[in-house]
Amino acid sequence: MKDRFKGVIEPFSNGIVKNNPTFRLVLGTCPTLAITTAALNGLTMGLATTFVLICSNFLISLLRNVIPDKVRIPAYVMIIAAFVTVVDMVMAKFLPDLHKTLGLYIPLIVVNCIIMARAEAFSNQNAPLPSVMDGLGTGIGFTLALTVMGIIREFLGAGSFFGIEIPYLSNYAMTIFIMPAGAFFVYGFLIVLFNAAVDAIQKKIDAKSAGQKHHVLHAESAEPEAANNEGGAE
Amino acid sequence: MKLQVSSSPHIGTKLTTQKIMGHVCIALLFPTIAGTVMFGIYSFVVVLVAAASAVLAEFLYNKITRQPLTVNDLSALVTGMILGLNLPPTAPLFVPIVGSFFAIMIVKMLFGGIGRNFANPAATARLFLVLSWTGFMTNYAAPVDYSQGFWKAFVSGFTKEYVTSATPLTALKGASGAVPESINLLDMFLGRIGGSIGEVCAVAIILGFIYLMIFKIIDWKLPVVYIAASAVAALVFYKNGWLFILPTLLSGGLLFAAVYMLTDYSTSPNTTIGRIIFAAGAGFLTVLFRRYSGMVGGVSFAIVLMNLTVPLLDRIIPKPFGYVKPKKEAARG
Repeated sequence: MKDRFKGVIEPFSNGIVKNNPTFRLVLGTCPTLAITTAALNGLTMGLATTFVLICSNFLISLLRNVIPDKVRIPAYVMIIAAFVTVVDMVMAKFLPDLHKTLGLYIPLIVVNCIIMARAEAFSNQNAPLPSVMDGLGTGIGFTLALTVMGIIREFLGAGSFFGIEIPYLSNYAMTIFIMPAGAFFVYGFLIVLFNAAVDAIQKKIDAKSAGQKHHVLHAESAEPEAANNEGGAE
Repeated sequence: MKLQVSSSPHIGTKLTTQKIMGHVCIALLFPTIAGTVMFGIYSFVVVLVAAASAVLAEFLYNKITRQPLTVNDLSALVTGMILGLNLPPTAPLFVPIVGSFFAIMIVKMLFGGIGRNFANPAATARLFLVLSWTGFMTNYAAPVDYSQGFWKAFVSGFTKEYVTSATPLTALKGASGAVPESINLLDMFLGRIGGSIGEVCAVAIILGFIYLMIFKIIDWKLPVVYIAASAVAALVFYKNGWLFILPTLLSGGLLFAAVYMLTDYSTSPNTTIGRIIFAAGAGFLTVLFRRYSGMVGGVSFAIVLMNLTVPLLDRIIPKPFGYVKPKKEAARG
């Protein structure tokens, strides 16, 4: 019972921290750099991607024994494109302003490599429930990363917070941070900070578990998630 | 007789990094003094703050990363002074502080410190500031008018009583066919124009160039080829180009960059052929950006862009002395 519970929770937490798509796997850098000029843009983009990720992971996991191996990538693209079209149409109807701002980047979710990576690495080998949890975790990790980047860039570059102008500060806003160059600065520093923090916490956890039980030293390396650091930037 | 066995190099030089940078600092004092005379004591404070915060930034970086102190080689001081001289005389004091910290910590130290930075720290920091605070960075003051009383004019930067003015560069931007009447070549030569603190006075920059040449600190080819290439580019890009050669050379930061920024050791090529290509490319790009880009100035953009080509230019290795290309038959046989 405990193992089954772990099999559902672990994909979720891994997606947020250990396999954070933006800061750990450096996947989906194209929307990360281009969209995050404002916090709200980042949040919306993250949520849209999360929805597509959960749905496509679920469907691909259900169809994992049906899809022939040789044509799996086109099949995944078809499934993902269907859900992206849903998101695109819903946003165009209910959030027309944001839809206009995000523009081309909504259809581009189809080729977002986070979704492809999760389909290839996780949901075509796992049951639907863990796949959904994996999609949820990865999506939340992506959303958090984009929102944090958006908040920082909007704060420094426009002197506002979710569109609310901060008095006095907006006169001294550093425009470079809402330009592409600023995106790379913020992204680079966040990768450094995030990895330093995660590694430090991991070390503490390792030290604790090593102190408690000596015989499960190799449990860490035997986890199936270890081989996911592939794919590269978009 | 005592034989000393050691590996090469066998001939040393007395010039240390510290001495070179000291000479550059002294050469930078010429435009600093000229700028202070032109724009009052506040512009000197701007340069001072930039230099001090650059040194502080390097000191803090060394302390944070627990590295040996590298402040003593004076390169941070030079970077800070060059950045300060690149700022307009009306800049609020947080501008040089942020710029210096960016130049030293991000452009220089994160890439490994002196000699390992890929682009000129001062030029990159200037671009960072121009793109961040375009308003503060283009708020140029006219030279102070000493006829209304020396002290009142001298401290006018503090009392914010300066007269803002368009620079010759802005006037040139809109010109086509004929040089605008507001451009006076003698004023530009002496520095009685609006502009950044260090770049206005051509006389002071030429004096600094002569000083650096006497002590053999810089290679004359870089500035000379850069200026020549800019002149040729002005001739080509402007209608009635011959009228625009001198205004192009004397306006903006072109001369200052030629002497102090292009000649930075770590961001210029090592070989003669590489240096000529580097300087010619920078000159061409400077005038190209001035004429056709959305920005008014183009010097910093040109320098940083050409800085990025330096690793490539350094791969052009001239033929070693006495080297004969082996014949094909010999190579086969």
